[in-house]
Amino acid sequence: MKSLAELQAIKERALKNMTARNDSEDSTRIVVGMATCGIAAGARPVLNAFTEEIARRNLKGVTVSQTGCIGMCQYEPIVEVFVPGQEKVTYVQMSVDKVAKVVADHIVNGNIVTEFTVGSVAK
Amino acid sequence: MRELSLNILDIAQNSISAGASLIEIEVAENTAKNELLIGIYDNGCGMTEEQVRNVLDPFYTTRTTRKVGMGIPLFMLAAEQTGGTLSIESEKGVGTRVKALFKTDSIDFTPLGDVTSTIIVLITMNTDRDFIYTRKRDEQSFELSTVQLKEILGEVPLNEPEIAQWMKDYINEQTNILLGGVTQ
Repeated sequence: MKSLAELQAIKERALKNMTARNDSEDSTRIVVGMATCGIAAGARPVLNAFTEEIARRNLKGVTVSQTGCIGMCQYEPIVEVFVPGQEKVTYVQMSVDKVAKVVADHIVNGNIVTEFTVGSVAK
Repeated sequence: MRELSLNILDIAQNSISAGASLIEIEVAENTAKNELLIGIYDNGCGMTEEQVRNVLDPFYTTRTTRKVGMGIPLFMLAAEQTGGTLSIESEKGVGTRVKALFKTDSIDFTPLGDVTSTIIVLITMNTDRDFIYTRKRDEQSFELSTVQLKEILGEVPLNEPEIAQWMKDYINEQTNILLGGVTQ
């Protein structure tokens, strides 16, 4: 059984491990479109996959957040990646299967996964 | 929408856009009557009577009230196609209450789906808001309240991965108990 006492223990642990968070300029942001169009197209599992992959790899300075309709509903689920000092990259028609590759190639190694971007898909 | 849990996520986004600080989500089954009630209640900016009428109409909205589009009409369709109903009560400056009633024995009943996932996304993506999730089945119920969790956690945020995992396990476990599954 999950108990609130257990939560207390997690808190103590988290407090020890929490380094000063920098959710500001120097963090990479992954933004998932979560309006009606995005949700209907499967944005929720995509968002979960990102947060789980970031947690699994224990990546610091990477935040996952949500936004509204980006305006290209037919290409949902849409994910925008903002790496500080670089141009925004827009991934379209995302799926859970594509998430690990985006995290490994783009977020960790800095190589944009061109075949998933809006530029390649929307001709 | 393939699952009602996705409609819940979608409607709750309206509450967030409406600036709500507290969003309550209720999922209540009445097995004797084969009914399911889904309620999303917020203390956001609320709507005028005219706006309430308009959000029910998918062809009116998008441009003028950008915050609401197809969301409510889709949710209403999901309820009405089972023989159920959708109602909205709203008051400017007070908040909005969206209630949908489903007939679960209808062939057109959309499965509830992964409500846990919806709740976790809402909580972890909006740590500045509070959520109270209540799941009921006949006389039994359980609740997860971020107001209570924040009291315990202090400055540790709810989107900390280990906390998110705890909330997910907690809701799943409590749901299983409620539905008569695992009880240890």
